[in-house]
Amino acid sequence: MRARPRLTGGTGPVLVVLLVLLVALAFAGPAYAEPSGYLALLKRAAPLVVLAVGQYFVIVSGGFDLSVGSLVTAEVVVAARLVDGDDANTWWVIALLLGCGILVGLVNGLITTKLLVPSFIVTLGMLLVLDGAVFLWSGGAPRGALSPSFRVLGRGSAEVPVLGQLPWSVIVLLVVVVAAVWFMRGGTGRLLLALGDNENVVRLAGGGVDRLRLLAFVLSALLASVAAILLAGFAGVSAQVGDGLEFRAITAVVLGGVLLGGGRGSVVAAAAGALSLEALFSLLNLLGVSGALESAVQGVIIIAAVAYAAHGAGLRRMLRRPVLDTV
Amino acid sequence: MNRKWSAAALAGALTLAGCSSDLPATQAPGGTSESAKAKSEFFDQSEFERQLRFRTAKAVGLDSQDGAAKPWEQALEPQLADTAKYAKPGGGYHLCFSNASVDNPWRQVGFKTMKEEVKLHPEITKFTVLDAEAKDDKQISDIQSLASQGCSALVVSPNTTATLTPAVEAACATGVPVIVFDRGVKTSCPVTFIHPIGGFAFGADGAEFLKDKVKPGGKVLALRILPGVDVLEQRWAAADQIFSGSQVKVVGVEFTNGDAAKTKSIVNEYIQREGKIDGVWMDAGATAVAAVEAFQDAGAAIPPFVGEDQQDFLRMWADEKMTAVAPTYPTYQWRTPVIAALRVLGGKQVPREWVLPQPKVTQDTLKDFIKQDMPPLHYAMCGCEGMPGYPAPWK
Repeated sequence: MRARPRLTGGTGPVLVVLLVLLVALAFAGPAYAEPSGYLALLKRAAPLVVLAVGQYFVIVSGGFDLSVGSLVTAEVVVAARLVDGDDANTWWVIALLLGCGILVGLVNGLITTKLLVPSFIVTLGMLLVLDGAVFLWSGGAPRGALSPSFRVLGRGSAEVPVLGQLPWSVIVLLVVVVAAVWFMRGGTGRLLLALGDNENVVRLAGGGVDRLRLLAFVLSALLASVAAILLAGFAGVSAQVGDGLEFRAITAVVLGGVLLGGGRGSVVAAAAGALSLEALFSLLNLLGVSGALESAVQGVIIIAAVAYAAHGAGLRRMLRRPVLDTV
Repeated sequence: MNRKWSAAALAGALTLAGCSSDLPATQAPGGTSESAKAKSEFFDQSEFERQLRFRTAKAVGLDSQDGAAKPWEQALEPQLADTAKYAKPGGGYHLCFSNASVDNPWRQVGFKTMKEEVKLHPEITKFTVLDAEAKDDKQISDIQSLASQGCSALVVSPNTTATLTPAVEAACATGVPVIVFDRGVKTSCPVTFIHPIGGFAFGADGAEFLKDKVKPGGKVLALRILPGVDVLEQRWAAADQIFSGSQVKVVGVEFTNGDAAKTKSIVNEYIQREGKIDGVWMDAGATAVAAVEAFQDAGAAIPPFVGEDQQDFLRMWADEKMTAVAPTYPTYQWRTPVIAALRVLGGKQVPREWVLPQPKVTQDTLKDFIKQDMPPLHYAMCGCEGMPGYPAPWK
């Protein structure tokens, strides 16, 4: 029994990858010679990390959430229309967005658990429904504008003692990650992990399977709403803001070593996966590799990570055996 | 076995032929150097030169009342064609319009302007519009369906050039005057084809501005929406041509997908990578504000910028006292097809190719185009300020 806090198994490799990427960034770009460069990276990565944490809850419990990208787009477009450039509207619109997120998560979760439709299909359907709804409502071109106070969370910085200027999005990111770690270490978090590993065991042990799944989808959609608020703040209104974000989040999660199908992986690793992905893209850009390669890189990561998960156990045993022999 | 191979070869050849029909039909005879070809298949020396010439040519009114004609009633070097055979005096016209889509702010502003233009003319008693939702197949069936609705004239804004050509030809064959605008088709059967000067002029306007404002050796970042769209490719081809003959250094050409967050990240990364960016060229202005914000957030000075005539960019330009230029693809061109249809039905001549002037917003004219009460994505060059309903429909 060790008393010191330890990382969940499987977190190590992605942290090594992240460290290598961060060091490589320092060599590749002069901007990374000082902390502000990394802070800018963290600020850019914040929405993706938040999304990846949400996606982690669903994936680790054995599902998928493909609807987060279009949920982000829908919320940004809706926010612009409702805020309409007026600071007085900021707070109720933010509350409304979070509420909409919870609602979408509830719908995803209820259809998955009560109608027994696979989550892949439910959330794919939700993606199309939200895409269509946004198009119908906006006619393809967002109207209205965000107020300066709405954009503070994604764009502005807070004065923090000792550290100086810290972007709000980085603060949100830290809060989300710490809360997620705390949650996963509690009883409900452990049950969620067990659910992805073996649903029957959880059911027989008296865990509320449906309730847990529902919770995972609600958390994912809620965090997608937070990401939407950060993204809208970061860059303003756009009808393309969420394009491909769901696959980015899934890539980030599997890059963190979380097993597709659930049951294994840590939330810290998922967050580190998202940060690694963002760092990787920044590095590729610094090295002058075209941005068009991003999707290809994502595809390779997903395939390689899943293949590793399928064959990795045997590979690890093979690597470990000599060590065990010497003991 | 042998037969199979030849069949495969034939199929391959047919596919190739099919593909090549989508390429620009006219290559500059002799004038295109090997290096220009290597640069972009979309670059066309003779068309490039023609468009650059049009920028300084004098646009004329069609009825020799130069002073009175508004830009959307003017034409550059018009070759007038007779329309007497379509003349249908007396009014009570049924105007039909097959629209490619309204899925971006430019088309939305344009379409609103067109609807208001129709209201200006009591002779048009019915205005039927079908929206193809950016789908070629839908637009083909839209055009067929309009053919059976007794239109006095048919206006088409094609979704894509090659695919819509047969549908437009079929519509011409019904005897209804067909007016094409914005993107073209590969047939001469429409009565007139209306468009602003074009993509080469647009791209060149911005590139020449940067060539002038950025010191020799300065670093320019080029931001493009996506590859493969001919109007956008032409803008870049022209800019590339001008940059390659100048002292500025293009440090990056990136695709933004029209996404503000991606644009901002890209610009942020380039500022970090290059230390300093001395100019930004864009093939469309939709994400210009995000790009400017990237400089603000990085604490860097805003360099000379190429944007477009959207209100959010124009306001930022004025507020931040930027050095900028806004080439336009004027939305007022949506007024012209209605005017053209009425001329044709009235038996008046129209140019075969109606090339509209394509102004740019400069430092000197900036204040005339800023409209504080209009939405941020409104296009200033709509020619709509004087219309009776202004500004309600555009809000």
